[in-house]
Amino acid sequence: MPKHQIDPNNWIGLYSDYLFNFTISRVNDRDLAKDLVQDTFFAGLKSMKNFKGEASERTWLISILKRKIIDHYRKINSNKGKAEVRMSYNSDSDSEGDWLEERIADPYDKTAEDTLENEELGYAIYNCLSKLPKKQAEVFRMKTIEGLDTETICNELDITASNLWVIIHRARTAMASCMEKNWF
Amino acid sequence: MSKGNSILTACEKANHVCDKIQYKEASFVEKIKLNFHLLICRACRKYTSKNQKLTKVVKDSKVECLNCSEKEALDITLSVAIKEQQN
Repeated sequence: MPKHQIDPNNWIGLYSDYLFNFTISRVNDRDLAKDLVQDTFFAGLKSMKNFKGEASERTWLISILKRKIIDHYRKINSNKGKAEVRMSYNSDSDSEGDWLEERIADPYDKTAEDTLENEELGYAIYNCLSKLPKKQAEVFRMKTIEGLDTETICNELDITASNLWVIIHRARTAMASCMEKNWF
Repeated sequence: MSKGNSILTACEKANHVCDKIQYKEASFVEKIKLNFHLLICRACRKYTSKNQKLTKVVKDSKVECLNCSEKEALDITLSVAIKEQQN
């Protein structure tokens, strides 16, 4: 008896955000990320029989997605004239003759470490979000991450404004304590 | 109304305003009222600082997600594929 069951009907609701966030931090393009996530779902659907139930559905889907991302980079690399490197100090002719010292990176700018940390933070947030009750997670996601205004959410989910604030309050409390445990 | 009860409702109101501030939806008067309440109430101070931390974290991480219409489109294509698979 396998430990984990597979049910593609719930995939979108449960994993699409997590997968999308995973993809977008690697390919940096919304439309492309969307396509890759969709491809992943299709590939998962096709090879459902191969799912042994040893890992959770999400881990399994992520491993498919990783292959898809690697494939994508292979493809664009073969198109690109086999990685020809051209160096020019100035990309625009306006700044021709300017000092090179003016063009070095700003040390107070974001470093690679910051970006990496932000990426991990994204997973931590989605992990916490997946532990919330469905309704709270939905409202929190729409309000905080998508940044929709109160009225739109109320219309969409058919709830009153005060109801929404109560849900938000509960979600925020739960999220704060979850992030406290896992992140800070 | 007893005194304890009124303090509790004051805190509830304060938390509500604090939630609204996180989405920049609180009015100026509400903010001032909250700040006065925070002077006397330690529990609400704690909640407010936690809440601000959460907002900052979510903002810093720049998480993105699919919006509803994109999700629906994805859902439709996937459910068609599921049906094809079963036939």
